[in-house]
Amino acid sequence: MTPADLLFVLLKILVVLLLIPVTVGFCTLAERKILGRIQLRFGPNRAGPFGLLQWMADAVKLITKEYLIPGEADKALFVIAPLLTMVPAVTVFALIPFGKGMEITDVNVGILMLVAISSLGTYGIIFGGWASNSKYSLLGGLRSAAQMISYELSMGLALVGVVMMAGTMSLVEIVESQKGLWFIVAQPLGFIVFFISGVAETNRLPFDMPEAEGDLGAGYHTEYSAMGFGLFQLGEYSAILTMAALMTTLFCGGWGGPAAAALGGAVSLGYFVLKTSFFVFVFIWMRGTLPRVRYDQLMALGWKVLLPLSLLNILWVAGYVALRG
Amino acid sequence: MNEAVVGYIPILLFFGLAAALGVTMLVLGIIVRPSSPNPVKKIPYECGNVPTGDARGQVRSRYYLFAMLLVLFDVEVIFLFPWAVNLRSLGLFGFIEMAIFLGILLLGYVYLWRNGGLEWD
Repeated sequence: MTPADLLFVLLKILVVLLLIPVTVGFCTLAERKILGRIQLRFGPNRAGPFGLLQWMADAVKLITKEYLIPGEADKALFVIAPLLTMVPAVTVFALIPFGKGMEITDVNVGILMLVAISSLGTYGIIFGGWASNSKYSLLGGLRSAAQMISYELSMGLALVGVVMMAGTMSLVEIVESQKGLWFIVAQPLGFIVFFISGVAETNRLPFDMPEAEGDLGAGYHTEYSAMGFGLFQLGEYSAILTMAALMTTLFCGGWGGPAAAALGGAVSLGYFVLKTSFFVFVFIWMRGTLPRVRYDQLMALGWKVLLPLSLLNILWVAGYVALRG
Repeated sequence: MNEAVVGYIPILLFFGLAAALGVTMLVLGIIVRPSSPNPVKKIPYECGNVPTGDARGQVRSRYYLFAMLLVLFDVEVIFLFPWAVNLRSLGLFGFIEMAIFLGILLLGYVYLWRNGGLEWD
């Protein structure tokens, strides 16, 4: 790697890294706006035209609020925990192909790397819950950790189906192998398992047990204020963006679309953004529509329904690939 | 430098820069934010009740059991990945062999289910 290459990579990283907080900001705004419309109200509309600057107001508020550490808290762990959630959730973007030739890096074990990095986020959540010395936080952290590891299993098994059909673990090559047929068409069962696990992994409704408002206050970040809370939110919404981007990349042809391969560049990026935004919208839509499940139902769904279904998907896809070649 | 390692350098760089961004965001506020803690503010939030006892008490052993189950089944998933990459060249032989492997694991899964290992209550 020459210094010029390194500089270019650094530039790409900086662009992506600085765009993430802004994108997350717009994501929260979109969520509040759409939820508002679903509940027959306007949502934020005071900061800037149509409330478009609301995310900036939120950021300023998060920076200027008091950072309170509870008396009995484990101070070092309490401060580090939000970072442990946010950093891995953001780092995953290093592997995602945003458009034709628009990825920061491509490694031949891309999918494994991605799962490995994103599952590190569990530590931040469980440390945050433990360090706060609050009962809500501890229970929320434990629930969240148990939920995330349970659904990681069926998610991993759903990914095996994708790898089988593509014959590679590199995300760039997976996108290219979907030129003829999107994997969502070839293995709808795998997509359904991946989608449900993805929603549970990000602790979103209807699986938001760790912070069920009527149940545990705000779950693992009950005691967090100011930027600590902000970093947890940043991590959480980055995880949602990642999941949406993964659904696009692994099952819906990534940046592919009519004329994307020929024109490349901005067109392929446009397709990627369009598909990802759609999945983010679905995440928000579900929050506005579906009721929350009970915790034992949640665990039963993961272990008794999704796990057998994902094994069935593997058998199906393996038979297809082995027989048809 | 080894060709295989080069692809991972950007990930490491990204990780470092993301951490730097996070720390900056935490530290940035020190200049502008107020800090006036008092004993009442520092009490953990419990909807207005005065908290009793320490939060770090006993928790259900079920959490531990499910963590153990994850370790068991996640190893299975790891075995599946190299097979999945090479399935096209292994053909029918590879398919049958992995079906046997999955079948044995499925037996364990059924045993677990029958014994109530997957019940939350």
